[in-house]
Amino acid sequence: MTDASYQVDAVHRTQTDASGLLLAADGTPLKKKLREALKVSRRRAFLLVAPLLLFIMASFVIPILLLLAQGVKDSTFSSIMPESTAILSEWDAKSDPSEEMAAALVADLISAKATDRSLATKVGTRVNREVSGAISLFKKTTRKASKMEAPFLDALHATDKKWKDPAYWKAMKIASQTITPAYYAAAVDKKYLADGSFVDQPEDRQIYVKLFVKTILVAGGVMLCCILLGFPVAYLLAHLPARKANLLMILVLLPFWTSLLVRTTAWIAMLQSAGVLNDIFVWVGITTDDQRFSLIYNMTGTIIAMTHILLPFMILPIYSVMKAIPPSHVRAAKSLGATNWTAFWRVYFPATVPGIGAGGLLVFILAIGYYITPALVGGQDGQLISNFIAYHMQKSLNWSLAAALGGILLVLVLILYWLYDRIVGIDNMKLG
Amino acid sequence: MKRAILLAAASGIALTGAAHAEDSITVVSWGGAYTKSQVEAYHKPWMAKTGGKIISEDYNGGLAEVKAQVEAGNVTWDIVDVELSDAIRGCDEGLLEEIDHSMLPDAPDGTPAEEDFISLALHDCAVANIVWSTIFAYDGSKYTAFDRPRSMADFFNTKKFPGKRGLRKSPKANLEMALVADGVAAADVYDVLSTAEGVDRAFAKLDEIKDSVVWWESGAQPPQLLADGEVKMTTAYNGRIFNAMASEGKPFEIVWDGQVFDVDLWVIPKGAPNKEAAMDFLAFSTDTQRLADQAAWISYGPARKSSAPLVGAYNSDPDLEMGPHMPTAPANFMNAIANGFEFWADNQDELNERFNAWLAS
Repeated sequence: MTDASYQVDAVHRTQTDASGLLLAADGTPLKKKLREALKVSRRRAFLLVAPLLLFIMASFVIPILLLLAQGVKDSTFSSIMPESTAILSEWDAKSDPSEEMAAALVADLISAKATDRSLATKVGTRVNREVSGAISLFKKTTRKASKMEAPFLDALHATDKKWKDPAYWKAMKIASQTITPAYYAAAVDKKYLADGSFVDQPEDRQIYVKLFVKTILVAGGVMLCCILLGFPVAYLLAHLPARKANLLMILVLLPFWTSLLVRTTAWIAMLQSAGVLNDIFVWVGITTDDQRFSLIYNMTGTIIAMTHILLPFMILPIYSVMKAIPPSHVRAAKSLGATNWTAFWRVYFPATVPGIGAGGLLVFILAIGYYITPALVGGQDGQLISNFIAYHMQKSLNWSLAAALGGILLVLVLILYWLYDRIVGIDNMKLG
Repeated sequence: MKRAILLAAASGIALTGAAHAEDSITVVSWGGAYTKSQVEAYHKPWMAKTGGKIISEDYNGGLAEVKAQVEAGNVTWDIVDVELSDAIRGCDEGLLEEIDHSMLPDAPDGTPAEEDFISLALHDCAVANIVWSTIFAYDGSKYTAFDRPRSMADFFNTKKFPGKRGLRKSPKANLEMALVADGVAAADVYDVLSTAEGVDRAFAKLDEIKDSVVWWESGAQPPQLLADGEVKMTTAYNGRIFNAMASEGKPFEIVWDGQVFDVDLWVIPKGAPNKEAAMDFLAFSTDTQRLADQAAWISYGPARKSSAPLVGAYNSDPDLEMGPHMPTAPANFMNAIANGFEFWADNQDELNERFNAWLAS
């Protein structure tokens, strides 16, 4: 049979309908048949991962979304003070506070006090985030609210002269908004005003933008240090004879398996001014006893300890990529006249880039959210944004601000991931 | 075989059941020498008296855990030792159980509890057990007898006394001390601090030593920093320094000028699992004798007036009278500041923010 007749035969065996669509043996279009077959296997795959998916949704995704929602939603004020919320939303935040606003405030405070005496202070705590002094003002006013008589504005002024200050009314207007940009504004050093505009925080209270920049710089610095230190180690691991390489591998993995806390504390013993390293410096004569180097409780300590802790995350991906590069490539390059350097730089190194990319991304993303190590060895200038998220969760109890900061950090990581995908390509990444 | 397992399982259930039937409470405090003083003076006698069990946990202060437990409806702590500002705030935010003061035992001479406790000690949701103080201390062996720090101004003077300083990583107490060092009288500190210029003045004073500061967070750190030679002087809780001196023989010295004193209080988180037993423990541990006993273990002053005459010597050294080491001893109390909890309730959001920005800049 010739080629031509074979083709003719093949066309004859597949049926086509009037519009030229391919049909299966039973007459249904082939595409539909194929889709059905795939649907079954897709459903089976979905059922297999469903338990994990449910678990992740319930324990990870939904809590994260709920917490992120706290960054824009705060119903403390509006739920406890319904009448004031209604009236404040109509106030233009420019004219003087009206008698109706005062009456609504007193009525809300009386009904809040009747439900639970802690409610009014909750409101005070919320308003206090906008303007200092609101907690004691609300406590005092709540105590006297039930005895107040119209006109309420004068009664409030008589209770505390702070009520003459429009700042407290404006702060209440901000607090009364259930969906509020106030926390995200605070997270980028802006202040949200009652008239809906934003201004910069005073100079001496600006902190978060600088911290975000600092966090990214530190994470980038740690990533670079890890590449510089990790690449030669990975090279050795991949090219030493098996026995020696295994020993080296254990040296890489042992710290990897050791508790993070132990490793960080060990660095404290090494680097503190009465520590091992400084003792050696003094003994060798690099420095004198009263001029020991400050290697810890500052940025230096943070970078040293973080680099050490994250190093395995760089070495292992690079190592696995190097292991897969056939040695014949470099030999071929050399046999074609390349010098050692050219063979390495033009042939070997490009093949390791997926490993460096994977390690770099891993280290960078871990470093950007690093918390324990900076907290322990960071001192005052080695603190990163995650330390402040923890601070607002644990100390100041301002969970909404923590959520806003966390939300921004999440977006930053996603942007960096997208950039990485555009520049290096995510398919180019090799984890092992 | 199967039967043996069943039996073991059944007896295990019976055992845990029995433990629950008795009064078992979780008492949370600050750890270290302080928790030890409470274990010796409160926990052991209470367990001996009631047959109940106490699980002692440590924490680093703050309301975060209490808030998380109460809001999640899963309270595991029964009674917590907190600072005054946290007691007030926790009560205001509805995180704490209210405490009926009439259940507190009277003094041995019949003085009602309400009158026996010092001012600051009794609150709607909290009962104080001790008076403690933030002071500054130095290593006596590093200075000559004639040339050693004597006042708060010396602590802030790195020209006259070079070397690192330890400070708590919080604006509380630091701003007050900075003003005292700048010449403000202890009684006027919060008046000055209530003005914007006063806050600027305090931060300006802190600026002078900022580059030589090592920041500490937990109470056990400052004696360690001093002992390691990491700092030349440090602020600290007076009891921690005293214990390093008394039980470890460290040559530390306390400077009482400009001390910021405060009370620690018991609070019960709202919805505590063993509220009744916790209340019983609270009343027991704050009676006259127990408070006096605790002073034998750490140099914090008892919160009851009737306890003061009963305070004796240090537990392991009968020659070491505790009286002169208390923050409330007259000689130590000359230039003392009472922690302004109302000031801090109103201003902590703003001042914490400013302090953090100042630290990071």
